[in-house]
Amino acid sequence: MARNPGRPLSPHLTVWKWGPHMLVSILHRATGVALSLAAAMLLVWWLVALSGGEASYARFIDLMTADRSGRLNFIPFLVLAGLTWAFFQHLCSGVRHLLLDTGAGYELRTNKQGALATMAVSVALTIIVWASLLMRAF
Amino acid sequence: MGTGTGIGRVRGFGSAHAGTHHWWRQRLTAGSNLLLLTWLVASLIRLPITNYRALVLWLSSPWASVPLILAIVSLFYHLRLGLQVVIEDYQHDFSRVVALVLLNFYAIGGAALAIYAVLRVAFAGALH
Repeated sequence: MARNPGRPLSPHLTVWKWGPHMLVSILHRATGVALSLAAAMLLVWWLVALSGGEASYARFIDLMTADRSGRLNFIPFLVLAGLTWAFFQHLCSGVRHLLLDTGAGYELRTNKQGALATMAVSVALTIIVWASLLMRAF
Repeated sequence: MGTGTGIGRVRGFGSAHAGTHHWWRQRLTAGSNLLLLTWLVASLIRLPITNYRALVLWLSSPWASVPLILAIVSLFYHLRLGLQVVIEDYQHDFSRVVALVLLNFYAIGGAALAIYAVLRVAFAGALH
């Protein structure tokens, strides 16, 4: 559709000062898409590798953890750690959405604190999970 | 009731009664995801994840394989509903229809493959 450039555009995303509530809103969508595609495919891959037998599972684990010399495969580690954070972020902001659905938490201060809390909790849980995994591995 | 414009053709029919249904299923699967995926993540941390035999033994118990199948159904149902909203927000023409059909293929196909893999491990493990 042809647009007359002389006419003003409706104010959109770019005109607002970013706050935690906006960040959490877009993170909920972004992490949701990432989990839906990457994490779900990884879950299917893991289960299919497991169902393929011992050799097939060993290949999957080697790819995801370390090569034969014991060196960590950095890219799979980064993807797994990133998806762990995405999982906890989506979980926390999802719980926040369920609370907001009840009509609670729309006061400016409470809303901002709730948004900040989802990010703090998701980062903390990611660190706890990976600390426990890596401590057991080494 | 007109026959010309889109709004004219639907005016007076009332709601399609599909919006609340989508909203409610998204909340329902969010709740089941919260329970089932928390259980799955906790299990993955506790299990010796690199040990093939330990995982086969784990999945040969219905107390692990059944919740895992439920988690797969809940997860793929929830992502099917969520990605539908994303597609509807950003795709407008015929590409929307194509994307929604592909989404259904992905969600149902992915869930079927994952469930088949779980059952294969569960039944093979139970025979040993």
